[in-house]
Amino acid sequence: MLGPVVAGLLGTVLPAFGHLPAAGLTGPSLDPFRDLLTWGGLPRAMILSVTTGLLATSISLLIVVLLTAGWSGTRAFHAVERLLSPLLSVPHAAAAFGLAFLIAPSGWLSRLVSPGVTGWDRPPDVLIIQDSWGLTMTAGLIIKEVPFLLLITLAALGQADGRRSVTIAQALGYGRVTGWLKTVLPRVYAQIRPPVYVVLAYSMSVVDVAVILGPNTPPPLSVQIVKLMSDPDLAMRLEAAAAALLQLALVIGALVFWRMGEVAIAALGKRWVARGARGRFDPLVARLALGAGAGSAIAVLLGLVVLIIWSFAGFWGFPDALPDGLTLRNWMRFGPGTMDALLETALIAVTAALVALILTIGCLEAEYRYGLSFSQRAVWLLYLPLLIPQTAFLPGLQTLMLNLGADEGRLPVMLAHLVFVLPYVFLSLADPFRAWDSRTGTIAAALGASPNGVLWRVRLPMLLRPILTALAVGLAVSVGQYLPTLLIGGGRVVTLTTEAVALASGGDRRAIAVYGLMQTGAALVPFMLALLIPALVWRNRKGLRHG
Amino acid sequence: MKHLAVLAAMLAPVSALADADPADWDAVIAEAEGQTVYWNAWGGSTTTNDFIAWVGDRVAADYGVTLEHVKLTDTADAVTRVLSEKQAGEDEDGAIDMIWINGANFAAMKEADLLFGPYAEQLPNWAFVDAEGKTVQTDFTVPVEGYESPWAMAQVVFIHDTSDLAAPLGSMNAILDWSAANPGRFTYPQPPDFLGTTFLKQALVDLLDDPSVLAAPATDDNYDAVTAPLWAFLDDLTPTLWREGRAYPATGPAQLQLIADGEVDLAISFSPGEATAAIANNQLPPSVRTFVLDKGTIGNASFVAIPYNSGSTAGAMVVANFLMSPEAQARAQDPEILGYGTVLNMDALPAEDRAAFDALELGVATLSPAELGSVQAEPHPSWMTRIADDWMQRYGVAQ
Repeated sequence: MLGPVVAGLLGTVLPAFGHLPAAGLTGPSLDPFRDLLTWGGLPRAMILSVTTGLLATSISLLIVVLLTAGWSGTRAFHAVERLLSPLLSVPHAAAAFGLAFLIAPSGWLSRLVSPGVTGWDRPPDVLIIQDSWGLTMTAGLIIKEVPFLLLITLAALGQADGRRSVTIAQALGYGRVTGWLKTVLPRVYAQIRPPVYVVLAYSMSVVDVAVILGPNTPPPLSVQIVKLMSDPDLAMRLEAAAAALLQLALVIGALVFWRMGEVAIAALGKRWVARGARGRFDPLVARLALGAGAGSAIAVLLGLVVLIIWSFAGFWGFPDALPDGLTLRNWMRFGPGTMDALLETALIAVTAALVALILTIGCLEAEYRYGLSFSQRAVWLLYLPLLIPQTAFLPGLQTLMLNLGADEGRLPVMLAHLVFVLPYVFLSLADPFRAWDSRTGTIAAALGASPNGVLWRVRLPMLLRPILTALAVGLAVSVGQYLPTLLIGGGRVVTLTTEAVALASGGDRRAIAVYGLMQTGAALVPFMLALLIPALVWRNRKGLRHG
Repeated sequence: MKHLAVLAAMLAPVSALADADPADWDAVIAEAEGQTVYWNAWGGSTTTNDFIAWVGDRVAADYGVTLEHVKLTDTADAVTRVLSEKQAGEDEDGAIDMIWINGANFAAMKEADLLFGPYAEQLPNWAFVDAEGKTVQTDFTVPVEGYESPWAMAQVVFIHDTSDLAAPLGSMNAILDWSAANPGRFTYPQPPDFLGTTFLKQALVDLLDDPSVLAAPATDDNYDAVTAPLWAFLDDLTPTLWREGRAYPATGPAQLQLIADGEVDLAISFSPGEATAAIANNQLPPSVRTFVLDKGTIGNASFVAIPYNSGSTAGAMVVANFLMSPEAQARAQDPEILGYGTVLNMDALPAEDRAAFDALELGVATLSPAELGSVQAEPHPSWMTRIADDWMQRYGVAQ
């Protein structure tokens, strides 16, 4: 999977130094960087990229850590967990649309209390969506990263044996949060570090959320790269490549900064542990974290509710809390168009996810049969495509394909999706696959089953639920992909996500709502099936229902 | 033998073109059947998208041509694409078969020899086109010469919500005065969006005492002096804009949502019938009306062009011809559907076709041709390019 990433980076480096034979230019030269520096928006675009990325990552991590510290094992925690897990599959774009419809000055929250509480007949002229500091965009990222980090943390928690440590810490008089932070966090964080870095790299270079919620005067660097890539003047590709390299450097710099922060916090943390404070403010901190976690879940859910309302809305002016009337007209208008996009989306997602699943099972089975062990370094390798910003290597990949004369279309898009789908499928399936009780296989072998027989007739059926879950994760990741579809597909491959983001610029909320909901459905339905099918298949095998 | 091979090699691309000779229309129709036409057209307006889908249904039924609408956020993307293909040596079957185009993009493609043609004036329905009365033979002052065929007439109008802004404003300076008195109630799409740059051009044309200087290409000598009034105007206007000019709607239709939300009261549009269609689609309140400036407003034609490397030139010509048919034109002019101006000459139409146009209601928010008044010429594209670049340096990165 590193092939496309390396090729893409190469395709970025060459034009960044003035080498693009397709445009009749041969390098090396530093002109692309010089051109980039003349853009007046550059400093701000860079700052935006860094601040939104760091803020989104640290705030979502903080919420997840404190939430887990304060509440893991309690009923409230299970409630929040149950609320958050389905949200993992809500595509970023749909969540961003929902948030925009919710918190804009003329959004639903404002309508609900106007003019009654606020006295507003007109929405106040305040910059919330597209604010200059990218705070709304940061919020949009947080509500999507909290569920992701929470589920990752839960998986890591299973191996950290946190419950006993906290019990002992509490017996020694430590508060729940403080005890957890001091004893469990160091173990858990070591495991969730790669996904945290992924969140940081992703948040710094995201395009779709930035287009929907981010500022535009100037935009964050990633959006500017995509703009430069689509300039009619092919020479602008050089500047785009230079900007992409800059983006890569920023992400690497931020990762290094984050790593240094880890070291600093670890050092401070050690002193804090040694000081022996028992945590006076624990209950308050825990309650704030619960509020933040629940709040981010509710923001996504309310966003989806307001999408549903808009999709059926007749005229809906400010400050009415609900539309003048409900109508099927919007679905009649946009429904047929969404069906074509849905078909394309499904075709790409199913192919990419299935291929990823087969590769993953092949890898894991080989690891099991030949006793290979998967080193920590290999885990990082798996994460690499997710750590390199998409805007750094996808433009290069597109330019490279252009130079090779390769046809942009569905197949390259599927391959590009696979690069991003495979790591998630692997990470999702690896633990349950390895946790399978291999004694079952020994018994089957003793009864005369071949290794393949064991795999097909014992192991895979027993692992039906995690396999379907991994498949659903793969489908959801593929459905949400914006940039790979847009750039590698050359505009010819139209999925629900590209359509929805393209509609964002038109601002027709009814169309956006219909497409956003279809997109959410495409990602959510497989998850529901992944829950439903094992329950049906194993309805008379109690022990396998949770397998 | 050797000479023959060279000759054959030279003829090969020519014969590929000769297959779709627009003069032999029956052959074009025969070749078009079964072809797929990828029409790259701006996809930001849902009403336009619906219309293109309808065109697709009709050409599939009548000619067996499959029409795929590739929805662009910026027409420049399509120009890039063709240019890249040319540089990569993809001369036979490029990804794009037809582009909704005009202005600077057309000028760039024509100059770089990226277009198929000339074909437009050989299409059968060209006979109905009002070539004399409407600006369909020049595009932003650049001669068309048959390299693109017109399908809609557009003219700048201003959409205003009469419940907040009752009376039309007659000039750009009147808009400035009103905006200063009502801060935060006006904005325009962010350049380089085409409607955003249209606003800038419209402002310049209206501010100049004699806009005729804009008909010739901008030069380094006259650019600063000619555009000075525009920048002075924008410096005054920007602080009074919605969000104080720190954010702008991305496109024209995004302004409609802002009006519906009560965020702004005034918006620019390039389609006299857009407001009526938007009221019908619940996108605008029924209190919305339109006006034009006292000195008139900019108007132009929308065209479709066929890239030189389209593999479906016959199919594309069939679609281009259908777009100029009385049936398609009457549908496009229907304010409930699209509300675009027709490119056809009513006097050239058969009586029953003319009746279809006569039967159309103007719509509550659409001005009559008389009310639309005089159409002002588009400036040469070089003005727009430079003004858009300058705007981005001055206001696009302003904090």
